[in-house]
Amino acid sequence: MAEATGSSKRVERPLSPHLQIYRIQMTSVSSILTRITGHALMVGVILGVWWLLAAAVSDPYFALANAVMTSWFGKLVMTGSLWAVWYHYLAGLRHLLFDARLGLDIKTAERLGWACIIGSVVLTVLTLVIV
Amino acid sequence: MTYMTDRKRAVGAGSAHSGTAHHWFMTVSAVVLAVMLPVWLYLFGAAIGGTREQVVAAFANPFTAILTALVLVVSMRHFAKGSAVMVEDYAHGTARKAGLIFVISLSAVIATTGLYALIRIAL
Repeated sequence: MAEATGSSKRVERPLSPHLQIYRIQMTSVSSILTRITGHALMVGVILGVWWLLAAAVSDPYFALANAVMTSWFGKLVMTGSLWAVWYHYLAGLRHLLFDARLGLDIKTAERLGWACIIGSVVLTVLTLVIV
Repeated sequence: MTYMTDRKRAVGAGSAHSGTAHHWFMTVSAVVLAVMLPVWLYLFGAAIGGTREQVVAAFANPFTAILTALVLVVSMRHFAKGSAVMVEDYAHGTARKAGLIFVISLSAVIATTGLYALIRIAL
């Protein structure tokens, strides 16, 4: 061991993963986005469940929740959640492919990352048009 | 004296000490959600913006009610387990314990509240 050289000074080893000099790659961005979208979706879920609870409870309560839901804030949260759910959806499918030992070479993995980002935007617009 | 060999104790457990149970749960819940979500997103999206009578009628429909309940329960379990992994990655000691209790409780509260609303609308 490097520490056992008699010197009490701690050996300064580089720390992983070097966030200041880390070169961002498609695979790392698409990976962290999966985690971020999965957690951010809780905002939309909480708003949606609150709105449903209000609809179940009373007229004045629904008036309040529905006002929030249909305000610019509610629309922003719902549209954002829609994109987040489609991104997380496609990224999850990508993981199922990886689990099946498919698309693991760097070129394909990077293409699949772009497919998740572009595909999620397309699906979000498509959903907004249909619904 | 223990009769179980070291190898027997290690088989299937891996470095996480719980084997592949977590990964398999996430795989199963992901596939189930992937099947349900497109239909559910359409039904939920169509219900937004309606009057209270329209919203209540939409979720009183048996198909919509059952699908919404399934989406809620499965997605909140999927969230609790996925979020627990994030807590385990970034937090240690007491913060880890508190974080795990928080995400598991939060998902349980949301799922139960949603189910309560669905039952109250259905009855």
